[in-house]
Amino acid sequence: MPRAHGNKLISRHLKKELQNLNEITKIKINTNVSEDLLNIANGVFSPLKGFLCYNDLENVVKEKRLESDTPWTIPILLDSDKKDLSEGDTVLLEDKENGVRALLDIEEIYTYDKKTLSQEIYRTQDVKHPGVANIYKMRQKFIGGKISLIDYKSREFDDYNLSPKETRFLFKEKGWKDIVAFQTRNPPHMGHEYVQKTALTFVDGIFINPIIGKKKTGDFRDEVILKSYEALMKNYYLKERAVMSILRTSMKYAGPREAIHHAIMRKNYGCTHFIVGRDHAGVSNYYGPYDAHDIFSEFPDLGIIPIFFRSFSKCSKCGSVVNDKICPHDQEYHINFSGKKIREILRNGEIPSEDMMRKEVSEMILKFEKPFVE
Amino acid sequence: MAEEKEDKKFTTISIPSQLAEKIKKRIEGTGFHSLSAYVTYVLREVISGIENEEDDEAFSKEDEEKVKDRLRALGYLD
Repeated sequence: MPRAHGNKLISRHLKKELQNLNEITKIKINTNVSEDLLNIANGVFSPLKGFLCYNDLENVVKEKRLESDTPWTIPILLDSDKKDLSEGDTVLLEDKENGVRALLDIEEIYTYDKKTLSQEIYRTQDVKHPGVANIYKMRQKFIGGKISLIDYKSREFDDYNLSPKETRFLFKEKGWKDIVAFQTRNPPHMGHEYVQKTALTFVDGIFINPIIGKKKTGDFRDEVILKSYEALMKNYYLKERAVMSILRTSMKYAGPREAIHHAIMRKNYGCTHFIVGRDHAGVSNYYGPYDAHDIFSEFPDLGIIPIFFRSFSKCSKCGSVVNDKICPHDQEYHINFSGKKIREILRNGEIPSEDMMRKEVSEMILKFEKPFVE
Repeated sequence: MAEEKEDKKFTTISIPSQLAEKIKKRIEGTGFHSLSAYVTYVLREVISGIENEEDDEAFSKEDEEKVKDRLRALGYLD
């Protein structure tokens, strides 16, 4: 099992007795920031102990590394327009909706050019890009400093929400040494299963890690994704070779940079390998289809091995799922796994062909009256 | 408030000239745009393999049992 990123699994849970919080300045945070906060506290974002200060941000933007030279590609930022804050203050961060409270020791309050941030992180300044739009929505000042989590409310699907400390414990108990992580935002079709099982063939276990959280209209609902994976795992995976746990974090759609970020998080969960597909974390045409593969060559010290998959499809001539390296047959024999097409079929209440999706998975999805976000 | 910060600092390391020449030839036509970039890459790779992990905090006995119960409920442990 790899060491946590930066060599130490971070835990930022408040251990001491709490002082009177009524006197402390409060800063309201939204769900995205509180998810970042929980990921810092639970070690998913190790080695971060808090929100980035200027030097770290500058280094992440320019070098794709923290000031310590540790690879890090996505800025984890706290923005605020709260007045009367000073460096050295301790404030209370509060997300009432999700019951998250944490202390923040303010180390630095600073500004950063949003155009540079957008261009370097997303390779564009186009506000149509959802990540760029988010940057421009952020307030002008950023606050850097370490956090200490006070408490948080239990949320839906938390049974499936294992922390890196728990997954590392689980992998050790199962005797797994090499573990491949698979990230997903959709119910599994046959192509996903092919990719997962191909990778699993060479390691001890697979860690299926769906991203749960804010979705756009037409996406599958979180519960549908989890239940459909349960159906697949129950019927088509060895119980001792596959586990699933959710990850609450927002998608940034930063393509190649986000692929590195996703790999780092899975390394912190204890995984040795990470599956990277075509246009990983991409949106529209902002990135080349394999930019998210190429970027890994910049990080010899990442500490998790990427497994790259290009295109895959069902070949009627081969009689199996294939990829572009192993099948010599023409396109006419190939059925592509189109997520859009599968959604359309399911939306009509029909079961997709078993070439595309396992019957058990389709039936599970159709058990839901409303499988899609409306 | 930090509005402007110093640029990232670099340091100079001496290596034998002959080795430097070999490396320059080695990196021709690759993605490495300089001798420094290549040496940095190699050193990062080497150093990442020998850094020692600090001991992670283990679960207390009580917490370990709770985690085991949770993992059993998910069907991940017997």
